[in-house]
Amino acid sequence: MSAGTYTPRPGAAPLPRMIAAQTALETRMLLRNGEQLLLTVIIPTLLLVLFSAVDIVDTGSGASVDFLAPGVLALAVMSTAFTGQAIATGFERRYGVLKRLGASPLPRWALMTAKTLSVLVTEVLQIALLTAIAFALGWSPEGNPLSVLLLLVLGTAAFSGLGLLMAGTLKAEATLAAANLVFLLLLVGGGVIVPLDKFPDAVQSVLGLLPVSALSEGLRDVLQHGASMPWGQAGILVVWAVLGLGAAARFFRWE
Amino acid sequence: MENEPVVQVSGLVKRYGAKTAVNGLDLVVATGAVTAVLGPNGAGKTTTIETCEGYRRPDAGTVRVLGLDPVADAERLRPRIGVMLQSGGVYSGARADEMLRHMAKLHAHPLDVDALIERLGLADCGRTTYRRLSGGQQQRLSLAMAVVGRPELVFLDEPTAGLDPGARRSTWDLVRELRADGVSVVLTTHFMDEAEALADDVAIIDAGRVIAQGSPEQLCRGGAENTLRFTGRPGLDLGSLVKALPDGSGAAEPLPGTYRITGSVDPQLLATVTSWCAQHGVMPEGISVERHTLEDVFLELTGKKLTGKELRA
Repeated sequence: MSAGTYTPRPGAAPLPRMIAAQTALETRMLLRNGEQLLLTVIIPTLLLVLFSAVDIVDTGSGASVDFLAPGVLALAVMSTAFTGQAIATGFERRYGVLKRLGASPLPRWALMTAKTLSVLVTEVLQIALLTAIAFALGWSPEGNPLSVLLLLVLGTAAFSGLGLLMAGTLKAEATLAAANLVFLLLLVGGGVIVPLDKFPDAVQSVLGLLPVSALSEGLRDVLQHGASMPWGQAGILVVWAVLGLGAAARFFRWE
Repeated sequence: MENEPVVQVSGLVKRYGAKTAVNGLDLVVATGAVTAVLGPNGAGKTTTIETCEGYRRPDAGTVRVLGLDPVADAERLRPRIGVMLQSGGVYSGARADEMLRHMAKLHAHPLDVDALIERLGLADCGRTTYRRLSGGQQQRLSLAMAVVGRPELVFLDEPTAGLDPGARRSTWDLVRELRADGVSVVLTTHFMDEAEALADDVAIIDAGRVIAQGSPEQLCRGGAENTLRFTGRPGLDLGSLVKALPDGSGAAEPLPGTYRITGSVDPQLLATVTSWCAQHGVMPEGISVERHTLEDVFLELTGKKLTGKELRA
């Protein structure tokens, strides 16, 4: 490199370009990570295929895929927006990635925007894949697609808030353990593959307030039963989103 | 603007709980110069630098970087500075070129990434992800990330820590090229030779304060003088030794059993010292004659040795 190479010419790239670049990088990092793919793609796919084909859990009347597909879509949202995002962000914080990006021209809000877009891009890929598999298994969804979209967005907001809260306050290893544990517990107790009415009434009403239950039950109301808009479940997701994102904004530590 | 300092720190205080990391620190960094912040581990170097970078909010005092408040004016300041953290800062699953290209995309007029990869010897990282790069490769990537946006001012926190001698010299060359092209550089180091070789200006920090600042020549005021060193029994009578020496000479025991004679060191003076030792039953060992160095200045000012000397090339 010759004289004058380093002559200062500072400046930030235009915001849309920065956000697009950050989103692309975050998405690539996620898709490259084997453990993340296990959580976001392989587990939901296996559950959908396995439980549709084999009648292990009594999913009520009708084809089991009609019960399972909405639950697995909810699980997919949780795996990306909550578990995956919490673990990835926790380690980015631990390894100084958030700190280093904090000294770059990319504003912090733009970094969070890019993270959200990356979650949405991943979810679109997941949903496309799972929907295709569900159709191949004989799924016949009903209801209004806009209601489904709204529920998915609210669920993403709720899970992102909780995931970022965890990533921004706990140590990376603790986040890794806790996020996986929560994933497992909610998989079983959140109405994803086991209908909530299999639980005792008292437990059921508490489980119904969990974000994953609200999302899976809400999606089921629309996709399986053709409801127009399950406002109750949407309301639960809104409350989780406000609490989670609010607490994350308040308590998140960048280093 | 040309003569305005790029960094002005006055009365900076930063505490972490009960521990005071920086305790009333003043620092002025000139435009277009290489400034070394020199001090032992724990002296407050990183805290000072990170306050300038906007990571820490001062508990007292003021910090201005390029005339801006690093915390309040962060969004205006950050595109203009380059930052090399002491460690980390890269996605563990990212490749070196991928991360560097990404940083380039965040800037309006970045350097040519391929040329920079070539210049810093990062081409051989290939498709290896960050977590599997060697420590030296990680350091060089971090340095590349600091300069790729063509900043006016770069902060390098221990840029050569853990590098082998070859990589170290290559980093020094890059710092000199930055300076030649008009980039202001602030670097922290605990290597005396690094400060001497690179810096136009050296600020010596100890216990959270700047205890001396100036060019290496100014700091080693006795640069033209020679120093005679030897070791022997601790606690020799320096008053008696000085009396035996020619006028204008000095004697000191910076560390117990380590002696330094300053002045016009010639064969006559050497003979005087050895005969004085003989009279006092002292066997002087490791006699050496050398130029006054920053190491001496540091010892004089703090009574401490810097660490990391064993890594000298």
